[in-house]
Amino acid sequence: MDEPKLKIENKTVESIPAVTIRFAGDSGDGMQLVGTRFTDTSALFGNDLATLPAFPAEIRAPQGTIAGVSSFQVQIADFDILTPGDNPEVLVAMNPAALKAHLHDLAPNGMLIINEDAFEEKNITKAGYKIDPRESGELDGYRVFEVPMEKLTKEALKDSEIKGRAILRSKNMIALGLISWVFNRPLEDTINWLNKKFEKLPEVADANIKTLKTGYNFGITVEAFHHTYVVEKAALPTGEYTNINGNIGLSWGLIAGAKLSNLELFYGSYPITPASDILHELSKHKNFNVITFQAEDEIAAAAATVGASFTGKLAVTGTSGPGLALKSETISLALSAELPMVIVNVQRGGPSTGLPTKPEQSDLLFALYGRHGESPLPVLASRSPSHAFYTAIEASRIALKYMTPVILLSDNYVATGSEPWKLPDISDLPSLTNNLTTTNNSKDGFLPFHRDMTTFARPWAVPGVPGLEHRIGGLEKEEGTGNVSYDSANHQYMTDMRAWKIANIANDIEPLELNGDEKADTLVLGWGSTYGGITQAVNRLNEKGVKVASAHLTFINPFPDNLGEILSNFERIIIPELNTGQLIKLIRERFLIDAKGINKVAGEPFTAQELAEKIEEKINE
Amino acid sequence: MSKVPVNYKRTDMQSDQEVKWCPGCGDYTILASVQSFMAELGISKEKMVFVSGIGCAARFPYYMNTYGLHTIHGRAPAVATGVTLSNPDLSVWVVSGDGDSLSIGGNHLIHALRKNVNIKILMFNNQIYGLTKGQYSPTSEEGKKTKSSPFGSVELPFNPMSVALGAEASFVARSVDMDRDLTTQVLQEASTHKGSAFIEIYQNCNVFNDKAFEQLTSKEGRVANRINLVHGEKVIFGAEDEFAVTIENGEAKIAKRTDIDDSQIYVHDITRENPSVAFSLSRLSHGPYGPTPMGVFRKVQRETYNEDVMKQIDFAKDSKGDGELDKLVRSLGTWDVK
Repeated sequence: MDEPKLKIENKTVESIPAVTIRFAGDSGDGMQLVGTRFTDTSALFGNDLATLPAFPAEIRAPQGTIAGVSSFQVQIADFDILTPGDNPEVLVAMNPAALKAHLHDLAPNGMLIINEDAFEEKNITKAGYKIDPRESGELDGYRVFEVPMEKLTKEALKDSEIKGRAILRSKNMIALGLISWVFNRPLEDTINWLNKKFEKLPEVADANIKTLKTGYNFGITVEAFHHTYVVEKAALPTGEYTNINGNIGLSWGLIAGAKLSNLELFYGSYPITPASDILHELSKHKNFNVITFQAEDEIAAAAATVGASFTGKLAVTGTSGPGLALKSETISLALSAELPMVIVNVQRGGPSTGLPTKPEQSDLLFALYGRHGESPLPVLASRSPSHAFYTAIEASRIALKYMTPVILLSDNYVATGSEPWKLPDISDLPSLTNNLTTTNNSKDGFLPFHRDMTTFARPWAVPGVPGLEHRIGGLEKEEGTGNVSYDSANHQYMTDMRAWKIANIANDIEPLELNGDEKADTLVLGWGSTYGGITQAVNRLNEKGVKVASAHLTFINPFPDNLGEILSNFERIIIPELNTGQLIKLIRERFLIDAKGINKVAGEPFTAQELAEKIEEKINE
Repeated sequence: MSKVPVNYKRTDMQSDQEVKWCPGCGDYTILASVQSFMAELGISKEKMVFVSGIGCAARFPYYMNTYGLHTIHGRAPAVATGVTLSNPDLSVWVVSGDGDSLSIGGNHLIHALRKNVNIKILMFNNQIYGLTKGQYSPTSEEGKKTKSSPFGSVELPFNPMSVALGAEASFVARSVDMDRDLTTQVLQEASTHKGSAFIEIYQNCNVFNDKAFEQLTSKEGRVANRINLVHGEKVIFGAEDEFAVTIENGEAKIAKRTDIDDSQIYVHDITRENPSVAFSLSRLSHGPYGPTPMGVFRKVQRETYNEDVMKQIDFAKDSKGDGELDKLVRSLGTWDVK
């Protein structure tokens, strides 16, 4: 006889291919934590997934207001997905402000779970509602579940050592427990996580675990939740996976770049959102001989990086938009002195302080042209968290091989979003060459600007190497000797050479690949974080019978060699960007093509649905 | 730093580049002092790095037959920080001017000093912008008439010694271009100091600010106004040693020796942990006018930034083992898809 199992009466489990869930609450409500826990549990379960955290720039904006709402969206699926989903099918709203800020995105007939204890008159008014939205009829058309999250928390913790208002800090665990029930996710992973996280505060771990179980049991008890869902494991390629966000992927890529080049990593940075997490991550890994330098300002961070490069490190500085502006003069110095260096720019909404916690692709032209003088340098962009790992290695490779600063663009969407990453075989990663030298290249003394005639890179002689002492700087240098030169023909030559050196890299990068219907008339061309949205939109359109292809640039300078040929095979080029049209300017100028833009600067990424509609509109124009 | 028996002549320290400062510039004397000193430092020249920002003084690295990096305005201390962190075995020198260090690069100067980064900063103070042809600088005296201040500067100048001491500098000293002996002594003291050193060298700009330091360099001025600070010795000065420095209620004062007892004379101690006496000495003059202290103000031992950074790296390697990429990419937990 089978072992008796607990059966929940009337429980039905419906299998669905994918679901998008959004958790929304006050910035102090712990929504990022709930979202991350649910994500990690789903990753361990074997779903494919993608996440979109969104939080205010203020650490604690006024409680209960729209400005203070923080949210975390995750899509989990049993198939390969590329985006965190369009409109969520499930919305958890911890207070009226969260409801007001997010309800308009909830899919029709979506599941809406609200913390009814937060719907007091004061909070309702603060959120900008004139009348209680639960009574106004605006929740019609959704499946609404009112859950007394605060009462449940207080009840669960009435015997806990945690007292007073601190008790309510655990109320997010009610939401997590309940969602875990509804989507048939086990609690073990989160329980283990809580025990480890609060190892030194067992009473806090205990309170959270109790509340988590209370939320889960609420699902069991209340019949309304007896229709539950399961998203089966995704049929991902076999292998070992981990879940990373883009800042971690990028950090690990830099560490890998140093290992693969047999150099040590120097990372100079000044805290700035959303790039700071790279500094945090790298400072954990000093056992890789990583030196992290938290400088007094953005300029010093870049300047120290130039010093590290001069001294033979894989030298990297990281920042976000405003910081890139401050580093501009220093990047020109590295460019003029032809020193290898990687500059990471995690883009955010601009100009000025702009939208510090929101994604935008509006620094592209600045990365390409935001320096004085003729100062071309390679620019590449990460399209996803795992791609950030590989682009960090690639940026290091190019910098070291060609003796040039390289700008690596990420953005808030790539940086803070996460996805499962199939781990590479580390031994398959390429080793990176560099131009370090210990030998004299001329009988008349060392020539620091005597170039390799394949890469046009100059030799890299670093302090400590006897016999190769030399002096260089930001003044124009004479080809060969590197001595200061004001000679007009030399300046013309050096300017042309610096441009040629970068243009020549086009021969050394991956050619552009096509996705979708190769025989279509229309090509959607993108770069950076729009990859998931564009690819998914094009795939959907192909399924619908719309003929369209897509291609996604990693290098924006130089363009891959085959870009021109690919573009010439299509009648219509559409370029979606989270800016007002920057790549499109480059494509129009370089290829004289009347490309069409799809542009958005709303502080949020494109959804696949939105792109599919707009691409179709452009095709039908 | 490992010292090896290296014997250079001054000429070994000279690069093949023609020196292009104006004839008569104080920089020539300083260059000669530094080249002679570096030749006898006992360090092989591939381990010497000169880093500079922008300004007349900043051309200095081009004239040294060592490694050199001429960078951008004000940023040399930050660049040098990257150099010394990347290879703690190097002897790293920053050459700067009053505009470079105290105006555009003020932030980098104070933080390099605060952190006790192992770099030696030489600030040539000529109290004027030379390379841009004669505007007032952050050390120009109030009322100074220049191209950019035809009615006189309305700014209170910095006292560089006070700034450095206020920035927690562990080594602070002052010299003057003409006095090669003092400059060499001060360089010697700085080279044996662990951590950051700030050395102000008064430097005559004979084109835009000639004779600015006359009160300290003329025959009479030199004996009358220079207060030579010598560690362990009573601070007395004057043509006939008729003046002395006393410290009363923490404040440095100048007294006629006939008015005080010799036991009241301040005995200079560069190793005082508390910088307040050194600061007080720095306030005896606000600029090179009248009695002005010269020499080493302060030299105290403190952990250097370099050492602390390396200690953390060594500790991480000891406790976690050398980093392995295979482990790193699995550090957040993994799962298998079969």
